[in-house]
Amino acid sequence: MANEEKIDKAQVEHVASLAKLQFEDADLGKFTTQLGDIMELFNTLSEVDTSNVAPTFSVTDQFNTMREDVAVNSHQKEALLKNAPDTEEGFIRVPAIIDESEGAN
Amino acid sequence: MNYFDTDLTTLHDKLVNKELTAEQLTRETLAKIKADNEAINAYITIDEEGALKAAKAIDEKGIDADNLWAGIPVAVKDNIVTKGLRTTAASKMLENFNPIYDATVIEKLRANDVIVIGKTNLDEFAMGGSTENSYFKTTHNPWNVNKVPGGSSGGSAATVSAGGVLAALGTDTGGSIRQPASFTGVVGVKPTYGRVSRWGIIAFGSSLDQVGPFTRSVKDNAALLNLIAGHDEHDMTSSDKAVPDFTAGLDGSVKGMRVALPKEYLGEGVDENVKKAVLDAANTFKELGATVDEVSLPHSKYGIAAYYIISSSEASSNLQRFDGIRYGFRAQDVKNLEDVYVRSRSEGFGDEVKRRIMLGTYSLSAGYYDAYFRKAAEVRTLMINDFKKVFEDHDFIIGPTAPTPAFGIGEESSDPKKMYMNDVLTVPVNMAGLPGMSLPAGFSNGLPVGLQIIAKPFDEQTLYKAGYAFEQATDFHKQTPEIGGDK
Repeated sequence: MANEEKIDKAQVEHVASLAKLQFEDADLGKFTTQLGDIMELFNTLSEVDTSNVAPTFSVTDQFNTMREDVAVNSHQKEALLKNAPDTEEGFIRVPAIIDESEGAN
Repeated sequence: MNYFDTDLTTLHDKLVNKELTAEQLTRETLAKIKADNEAINAYITIDEEGALKAAKAIDEKGIDADNLWAGIPVAVKDNIVTKGLRTTAASKMLENFNPIYDATVIEKLRANDVIVIGKTNLDEFAMGGSTENSYFKTTHNPWNVNKVPGGSSGGSAATVSAGGVLAALGTDTGGSIRQPASFTGVVGVKPTYGRVSRWGIIAFGSSLDQVGPFTRSVKDNAALLNLIAGHDEHDMTSSDKAVPDFTAGLDGSVKGMRVALPKEYLGEGVDENVKKAVLDAANTFKELGATVDEVSLPHSKYGIAAYYIISSSEASSNLQRFDGIRYGFRAQDVKNLEDVYVRSRSEGFGDEVKRRIMLGTYSLSAGYYDAYFRKAAEVRTLMINDFKKVFEDHDFIIGPTAPTPAFGIGEESSDPKKMYMNDVLTVPVNMAGLPGMSLPAGFSNGLPVGLQIIAKPFDEQTLYKAGYAFEQATDFHKQTPEIGGDK
């Protein structure tokens, strides 16, 4: 199977970028070793014959339930904004998408 | 005071007969948990003001003689949102988060005049089995303060174990109620997936998470599940099956019941004293008139791998919402929006949470999805089939809750894989969505050992019936740790 090779630092960095995480160099080594160990455990699943076995993604006995599409206003804007790290005039404030130091010209 | 020598009915009678007011009970509870918090560190937040206010209002209104829980203080794991009461999930990410609504289980507690006394410590985002992964503090086991209380609901387990409260709520994704119940000598129940609403639970593994009660006795546990169970329109996975009275049918009898003991649950890595406690429990059930058969759950050994793939994948998806924008921690001195995401997450999450996000992201990523996430979901089907087969001719399954009693603080925290292996006996129950209980069944070198009972989906009644019969036939639940005692 394609998953038998041990995960390396470059792969860990790639996965970190997908997950919007970054690691210091020292942590990167530690995480690579630990994740490699755990992936070894994960790879034991390849021993199990699952041909013709349907996957289980949920064990709920419920199906989608429908309700009337009624608009409600729970008047929670102010309360919600209280938990936001930075706000201005009823909006959440975020930095620009483009690096502000580069965008000066 | 402590809650060692009392139970729900006794306290209820005192409250109804006005021998005790809700305010007095709340004040005494607050004094006790504050005194113990130095040694045990079970609480992240003790809500003195809110609890006293609620207690006074209940006294003013009068105790409802038909409501066993009126005026009783209960502790709540800090990943269950409480309106206006800080809810952290033991993470720096949510250090200053004040929910604007109550979780459905909290609404139900409040509607029944239960007093929320405080928010208990846990492994960050409920990821861990020792409560050492909390950003805020390490909780200690009341039986031996050098040992962990288990996790992730370690704070809830520890405060019940120390007699600080009569009951507490926890959550269980892979054993997070049952394993700490085992480590601290109390009763902990993970209900069937869908039995209790997950609305307002900070999501970890959405196909696995359930809320459940910790108590000192089986009967009180059943009474608390009565209160929190049932369909909720806010949680599509909550079942609309009728909720029976879980305290009915507790008659001490298991005569004629068929008990299964899986051979895989007494295999390699299980402590000798734990094994002995489980075999003794099997004999107790036989003496009570049940039959006990050895059975096999052949895919048990793949449970850990399959569980950690599925739960981490679900976690990596659920935790995407923590991006530093709308609520939660935002890193300072950022250059641009991307920087907000990456630095807020990298600085706001602890190592174990990052490991799970990484494992999940990897398992779901292009080229690996079939080999990991899908494969684990297929193994999950095989695990469910194993249980179905056993339940064709058995009423319930018994085994250890955890392979060992509580381990030392710091002993396993540097080896995540070793830590994961501790969950080998609890994760199959979540994978199959079954109800499971841990209750006191012995001691190993002075530390409690838990017996796990597993029943069919939505058959918590059998869980409680069997647990009650075992409890009445033994005296393990009457032992108390020195630390909580004032006698």
